Amino acid sequence: MLAFVLTLVLLLSIVIVLAYAERKVAAFMQDRLGPTEAGPYGSLQSVLDVLKLLQKEDIVPAAADKNLFKLAPILIFAAVFAGFAVIPFTPDLVPAGIGIGVFYLLAIISLDVVGLLMAGWGSNNKYAMLGAMRSVAQIVSYEIPAGLAILSAVMICQSLDFQEISYQQGALMNRFPGLEFEMNWLFGIEALGINTTTIGGITTWNIFRAPILLISFIIYFIASLAESNRAPFDIPEAESELVAGFHVEYSGFRFAILFLAEYSMMVLVSLVAVILFLGSWNTPLPNIGPVSLAYWTTGTVGELSGILWGGFWLLSKTFVLLFLQLQIRWTYPRLRVDQLMHLCWKVLTPIALGVVLMAGIWRLLMI
Amino acid sequence: MKNRSGFWFAVTSLISGLRLTWKHFWNAKNRRTPEYVTDKNYFNQPDGLVTLTYPYEAIPVPDNGRYRLHNEIDDCIVCDLCAKICPVNCITIESVKATEEIGLTSDGTKKRLYAPVFDIDMAKCCYCGLCTTVCPTDCLTMTPVYDFAEVDIKNMIYHFTDLSPEQAEEKKELLAKQQEEMAAAKAAALAARKQA
Repeated sequence: MLAFVLTLVLLLSIVIVLAYAERKVAAFMQDRLGPTEAGPYGSLQSVLDVLKLLQKEDIVPAAADKNLFKLAPILIFAAVFAGFAVIPFTPDLVPAGIGIGVFYLLAIISLDVVGLLMAGWGSNNKYAMLGAMRSVAQIVSYEIPAGLAILSAVMICQSLDFQEISYQQGALMNRFPGLEFEMNWLFGIEALGINTTTIGGITTWNIFRAPILLISFIIYFIASLAESNRAPFDIPEAESELVAGFHVEYSGFRFAILFLAEYSMMVLVSLVAVILFLGSWNTPLPNIGPVSLAYWTTGTVGELSGILWGGFWLLSKTFVLLFLQLQIRWTYPRLRVDQLMHLCWKVLTPIALGVVLMAGIWRLLMI
Repeated sequence: MKNRSGFWFAVTSLISGLRLTWKHFWNAKNRRTPEYVTDKNYFNQPDGLVTLTYPYEAIPVPDNGRYRLHNEIDDCIVCDLCAKICPVNCITIESVKATEEIGLTSDGTKKRLYAPVFDIDMAKCCYCGLCTTVCPTDCLTMTPVYDFAEVDIKNMIYHFTDLSPEQAEEKKELLAKQQEEMAAAKAAALAARKQA
C-alpha cells in the first residue's frame, strides 16, 4: 500500500513537471516565452491547469454507451499505472519485485488498447471511433518491434526480472542473489580479457556490454514513442483530421485522466528504456584504478545514500529521455498513417528481428 | 533540388532537425529587448526569444504614429472642421455661441463658441488622421496610446467637453437672452426709424 501511494505521488509530480516542461520546451524551441504568469516563470501553470480541469463539467453524451464511456479512462490509466509496479527505483526499492517483471509489464500495458477501444466505441462518435481504431492499430503494430527490442535485451541478460537486469549493469552485480560468481567483460566478450565486473559505470551498461543493444535501444525508443501516442506518431490525436481522436467526447476530470495516462506512459516507456538499455539506477561513472567513482556515486545499498543515488541516476536518465521525447515532438512532422505502418512493418520489425538474431549470437560469445 | 531519399538521408536529416531545435532551445537564454525605432538593433533579429511580455514591456511607438485621438478642449475653437472632414463621422460637435469673447487659445486665436458636446467615438475612428491636419489650432492630436480596449463599447465614446450640462444650459439661456435683447433693441430701432 505504501509503495502504491509513493509511486502514485512520484508519478503525479513527474507528470506535473513534465507538462510544464513540455510547454516551456515547446516555447523555447519556437522562440517564444511559454507560460510566465502563474508563479515564478509560470511554474504553477500545470497545477492550475489541473485545477481548471477538475472544475469543468463532467459531460457524458446522451447516446453514449455510458458504462464503457465512464470506465475507459480508468482502465487506460490503471493499465499504465500497473506497469509501474515492477519498476525498480533503487537497488533495494521496487514496488513488486517479481521474477517475470518484463513479461508482466508487456502484458499489462497491452490492456491499454482495450481501454482505447472502449473509449472510442463508447463515445458513439465517428471521429472517436476512427481515432480509437487508428490508435489501436498503431499501438498493436508497434508492440512488435518494441517487444523484439526488449526480447534482445532479455536474451543478453538472461532474465525477466527488472531488478536482476539492473544489477547486471553495474559494479554491484555480484551482490544480487544468483549472480555472485557472474562476471562482466568488456563488450561482453571474455576473449578480450578485460574484466569490467568491478569497473562498473558505463562500461557495464547494456548498450556497452553488448553494443548490438544500441540498435535495439533506438528501435525500442522509436516504437515507444508510437506506443505512448507521442509525435511524430500522434496520429490518434491528429487535431487537423480527427478533431481529437478517441478522447474527443471527454471533458473535465475524465479528460485529465486520459491526459495523465498519456504522460504516465511517456514516463513508463522511458523508465523501461533506461532500465533495459541505459544501466538502470547505476551510475555512469566507472571505477578507474584507485579512483572508485562508481562506488562513490552509488552509495551504500540498503541505506539512505543508496536510495538517493539510485533514484537520482534513474530519474536523471529518464528525464534525458523525456526531454528527447519533447524535442522530437517539436522537431518532426506527424507521419501519415501509411508511412507509420511502413516504418513499423518494413523497417523496424525486420531490423529488430535481425537484432534478435545478432543478440543470440552475442550471448553465445558472452558465455 | 533533387528529391533525395534513402535510409541514410532520412537519418541525417532527422539529426539535423534535432540540431536545429536544440540550437533554438539553447539560444532561449537570450531575449529581444524593447528598443525604439531609432535603435540600431531595431531590425536586427537577435538569437533567442522574440516575444515580449506585453503589458509589462512594449516596443515604444513612433512619435508620428496614428493612435488614440486627443482633443485639448482649452485650445479648441469649435470650428467643426474635424467633424466635417471625418470620413467615418466619429466626431460629434454641438456649439453654443458665447455672448462675449471667452478667451484665447495657446496660439492666440480668439474663442467665441462653447462646445457643450464634443464626442469622439473611438470605436468608429479609422485612424486616418485627417482631423488632426485640418484642425486650425492644432488642438486635435494623435497620442502614442494604442491600448485602450474597453469591456463596454459605450466607453469607447470619449467626451471632451469642459462644460457640465448645467453650465451648457446656462450658456444657452444667456445666448437666448442676449439674442432677445438684441432683437428687442433692433425692433426698437426699427420702430424709431419708422416714426421719424
